[in-house]
Amino acid sequence: MAAAHVSAAALLPLRLPADDKRIADILIWSGIAGLFWLIFEGFSIDHRGWTADWLSALFGAPGPKQAGMGYGAFLTALAFLMLLTHGLAARGFCRGDAFTVSSIGLVVALIVTFVFFPIWEILVSAFKDNDGNFAPAAFTSKFFDKSIWGLDCVYSSLRCGVAWNTLFLAILVGVGTTVLGLAFALIAARTAFRFKGLLRVLTVLPIITPPFVIGLAVILLFGRSGAVSAVLYEWFDIPRSRWIYGLPGVFLAQMLAFTPIAFLVMIGVVQGISPSLEEASQTLRAKRWTTFSTITLPLMRPGLANGFLLGFIESMADFGNPLVLGGNFEVLSTKIFFAVVGAAHDQGRAAVLAIILLAFTLGAFYAQHRWLGNKSYTTVTGKGDSGLPLPLPRRVAILCYGAAIPWAILTIVIYVTILIGGFVKAMGRDYTPTFEHYLTGFAIERAAWGIHFSGSAWDSFWTTIQVSAIAAPLTAIIGLLTAYLLSRQRFAGQRTFEFGTMLSFAIPGTVVGVSYILAYNVPPIEITGTGLILIICFVFRNMPVGVRSGIATMSQIDKSLDEASLTLGARSFTTVRKVILPLLRPAIIAALVYSFVRAMTAVSAIIFLVSAEYNMATAYIVGRVEAGEFGLAIAYSSVLIVVMLTAILMIQILVGERKLGRRTATAPGDVAMQAAG
Amino acid sequence: MKRIVLLGAAALVAGAIAAPSKPAQAQLVLYCSVLNEWCTLAVQEFERKTAIKVTMTAKGSGETITQIRAEASNPRADIWWGGTGDPHLAAAEAELSIPYRSPMLDQLHPWAVKQWEQSGQKTVGIYAGALGFTYNTELLAKKKLNEPKCWADLVKPEFRDEVQISNPSSSGTAYTALATLIQLWGEDKAFDYLKQLHRNVNQYTRSGPAPVRNAARGETTVGVIFLHDAVAEAAAGFPLKAVPPCEGTGYEIGSMSIIKGARNLDNAKKWYDWALSAEAQNLAKNAKSFQVPSNKSATAPPEAPKLDDIKLIDYDFKKYGTSTERKRVVDRWEKDVGSLPK
Repeated sequence: MAAAHVSAAALLPLRLPADDKRIADILIWSGIAGLFWLIFEGFSIDHRGWTADWLSALFGAPGPKQAGMGYGAFLTALAFLMLLTHGLAARGFCRGDAFTVSSIGLVVALIVTFVFFPIWEILVSAFKDNDGNFAPAAFTSKFFDKSIWGLDCVYSSLRCGVAWNTLFLAILVGVGTTVLGLAFALIAARTAFRFKGLLRVLTVLPIITPPFVIGLAVILLFGRSGAVSAVLYEWFDIPRSRWIYGLPGVFLAQMLAFTPIAFLVMIGVVQGISPSLEEASQTLRAKRWTTFSTITLPLMRPGLANGFLLGFIESMADFGNPLVLGGNFEVLSTKIFFAVVGAAHDQGRAAVLAIILLAFTLGAFYAQHRWLGNKSYTTVTGKGDSGLPLPLPRRVAILCYGAAIPWAILTIVIYVTILIGGFVKAMGRDYTPTFEHYLTGFAIERAAWGIHFSGSAWDSFWTTIQVSAIAAPLTAIIGLLTAYLLSRQRFAGQRTFEFGTMLSFAIPGTVVGVSYILAYNVPPIEITGTGLILIICFVFRNMPVGVRSGIATMSQIDKSLDEASLTLGARSFTTVRKVILPLLRPAIIAALVYSFVRAMTAVSAIIFLVSAEYNMATAYIVGRVEAGEFGLAIAYSSVLIVVMLTAILMIQILVGERKLGRRTATAPGDVAMQAAG
Repeated sequence: MKRIVLLGAAALVAGAIAAPSKPAQAQLVLYCSVLNEWCTLAVQEFERKTAIKVTMTAKGSGETITQIRAEASNPRADIWWGGTGDPHLAAAEAELSIPYRSPMLDQLHPWAVKQWEQSGQKTVGIYAGALGFTYNTELLAKKKLNEPKCWADLVKPEFRDEVQISNPSSSGTAYTALATLIQLWGEDKAFDYLKQLHRNVNQYTRSGPAPVRNAARGETTVGVIFLHDAVAEAAAGFPLKAVPPCEGTGYEIGSMSIIKGARNLDNAKKWYDWALSAEAQNLAKNAKSFQVPSNKSATAPPEAPKLDDIKLIDYDFKKYGTSTERKRVVDRWEKDVGSLPK
C-alpha cells in the first residue's frame, strides 16, 4: 500500500509545468513537512514508549511502542525527499535540473543518516563520563593527556605521544606509497617492461589480502625466529633481534598493503595524460627530462595529491598491522580499540582519540586542497587528441625500476610464505605438508540429501561473498555520483558536502563500529544484527575511494564534452550515461574493485557488527589468530585472495577498458624511431 | 492537478506512521567468550539435549562487554558464557546482568560460588585458571639460561629483554598479575618489583594470551600468562613449559552471566544450569581447553594445571574486581612503570 502511493507521488511532479512557482512551493513544503514528521515520529517513540519526558507528561506514560522503521518508511522518506528536490528544481536550483538536485538531495540525506548521525552519537559520548553524565572537564583532561601529546622522544629515551607517532607514520607511509605507486604506474603505462602482467598482479595482491596476514608473514620472515633472520644469523652472524616490532615493521607492512591503492589512483591519472601536450613540448625541442619534469609531472598533481591523501588516511585508520607488529609503538587506531575493548573500558577516551585522528585527516584533506589550487589538469578533451605517450626519460626509468623491482621481489616472497603457511602444520616450526587447515575450514561432504558444506568457515564465507557483492556496486554508484556532483556541478555548500563525503573514511573502523551500534541498535533505525548494517557500513566507509578516484579522473575530462552534450539537448542524466560514464571506466573499476575488496578484508569496523547469523570472514580469521590457529587463518586468507582475484578479473572484463582514441604503437621499432627522432 | 498533489502529499504524511515488521525470534542468543571450538561443541550438545535453537556469537570478553554495553538499552543477548571474570564483574557492577540462583550451585567448588556471592549473585564461576609464566625450552637451552621457577627469577639480569607480559591498561591478564603481586607483597614492594621487571620486558603486548604465542614461536623466551593457555600450545606441539611461580600466584575465574533484559529468560536459565553440570564441563577437554572446571564431579583433562599443586593466594576478587580499584592500580602502573625509560 505504502509503496503504491509513494511511487505514484514520486512520479507526479515530473508531469508538472516547471514554471509554476506555487506548485513548486507546495512541493517544497510538503516534502519538508513530511520529512520532519517522519523524523520527529521516529525519535519520539521507541521500543519502550515515549522517549522524552514531556511527551509522557503530555500523553501519559508509557505511550505507544514501535520497532525500527522498515522498507515502507524508507520509501516514504525517499518520496518526501523527491517532492522536496523536485520543488527546489522547479524553483530554479541548479539551473532547474531535477536530476542534479535530486542526486544532491539523496546523497546528502544518505550521508546525514549513515555518516553524521552515528558520528554525532559517539562525539557526544566524548563529553560524557562512563555513566552518561555530561562532563566537559573530563574531556579537557583526556584531550591534553601527556600520553597523547608528549614529545619526550625528541630529547630523552622516553616514548613520544601516540598522536605524534601516528602522524609521523602516516606521513612516511603517505609519501612512500605515493612514490612507489607512481613508479609502478609509470612502468605499467610508459615503458616496454616485459613482465607488466606480473607487475599488475603484484600490485593488486596486497590490496586483496585480509588484515593480519601480511603482518604475520612479515613476522615469519623478519621476526626473531623468522626465516630471513635465521639466514642472516647463520651466514653473516648478524644477531637475531626484535627490530621488526615497532615503527619499522608497521611501516613495512603498511607499505606492502597500501602501495597498490596509490597505484590504482596513479594509473588512471598517468594513462589519462594527453600525449599531445608532451608532443608539443618535444616539438619545441625540449629534452625528454624537461618534458617529464615540466609537463608530465605537474599534470599528475591531482593523482599525487590523492595518492598521498589515501596513503596517509589508510595508514591512520589501519588497525591490523599495528596490532600485530606494533610492539611498544602505539598508534591512535589501536589505542582507540583498546580504550573501548580493553580492560580500562573508557569510551570517552576513545572518542577523544577519535577526534584527534579526525583532525589529522581533515588537516591533510585541507592541505591537499591548498596544494592543488585552482589550476587546470584537463587533458582528456574532445579535440584531436591522438598521439603516443612518451617513453620515460632514462634516469626516471632507472629510478622506477630501482624502486619497483626490489619491492616486487619482497612482495613475491611474502606471498610465497603465505601460500606455504596454509599447507604446512605450523609455519616457522613444523614444515610437514598437510591439508588439515583447508579441511577444517572448507570440507565438503556428500550427505544422503546432497552436498553438505561441513567446514567451519563456510557460513562466514558465503555471508562475506553476499555482503561484498551487494555492497560493491552500491558503493560505486553512490561514490561516482558524488564525484560527478562535486566536480561538475556548482552549488551552495559544496565544500561542506565534500567534507561530509570524506568524513567516514577519516574515522577509524573501530569508532565506526561502536558508533553504528550506538546509533542503530534502537528505533527508529534498528538494524544491528542484520546483514543490512554490514552492507551500509561498507558502502559509506568505502564510498570516499569512489569519490576520490572519480574526481581525479573527472578533473581530467574537459567540461566542454558535457557542455557539447547539453547543447545538443541531452539532460544531465543522459550526459552522465553516454559521455562521462564511458570515460570513467578506470574510476568505475577502481571503485568496484576497492569496495568489493574492502568489504572482504575490513576488520576493525565490523568486529562489533557481526552477529551469529551474519559472521564475516575477517571476524572469523581474527578469532583464529587470537586462538593461535595461524595455519587456518592463513589458509582461509589464501582462499579469500583467490576469490577476490577472480572477482577483480570479472569486474575488469565486465566494465571494460576506456578507449581514448589514441594510436598504439604497432611495433617496438616505431617507438624507438620516434624516441630517436 | 494541484489538488492531486496536495492529496498525494497529505496521503504520504498520513502513511508515514507505518507499522514496520518485527524481527524473527531466536530461542536463545548466546555470547560466547571461550575458544571457538569449545563454543561450537557446547552449542551442539545443548541443542541435542534440549532441542532449543541457539544463536551463538563467539568473541573475546573485551569485545563482548563492549557490545553488551552498547546494546544495553535494547539487549540482543540472553546469556554470556565464558571469558575471564573481571568483565563479568564489571557487567554486574554496571547492572548489565541479573541475579540468578541456580539449583546446581551446591555441586560447585567454593571459589565458583564465592564469585557468585561477591557479584550479588549476578555471575558464577564456570572454570578457573592459574596465573604463571611459560618459557620456550629450546631458546632457554640455546641461551644456556637456568629454568625460571619464581617471580624473583624473572628480574635477573640474564633475562634482559627476554620477558613478555601484556599491558594492564588493555589486558585483564596483566591486571590479574598486578593484583596478584600486590596481594603477595604489598603495593610498594610489588611496584618496586615491576620497575625491575620493566628492564627485562621486551614488549608489553596488548592482548593477554599474546605472550604465549610469541614464546611458542620463539619471538620471546619467557611470557607471563594464564597457565592453561601455555598448556594448550604445548599440547599443539610447541616447545613450551608452563611454570607456576614458587612464591604463589593468583588466578582468574571464567564466569557466566544472564543479560539484563534477556528476551528468552527461561532458556537462558536452562543453559545456565546445564553449563554448570559436570557433563557440560567435561566437554572442554575435547575442545583443546585446559582450564579447571568448577563442577566438583567434572574431570579436568590430565594436562590441565592442577590447582592443588599450585600455591594459590587468596585472591580478593571483590576488592580488585571493582572499577575504581582497577583504575587506581592501572594508573599507578602507567605513571610509575609504563612511562619509565628502558
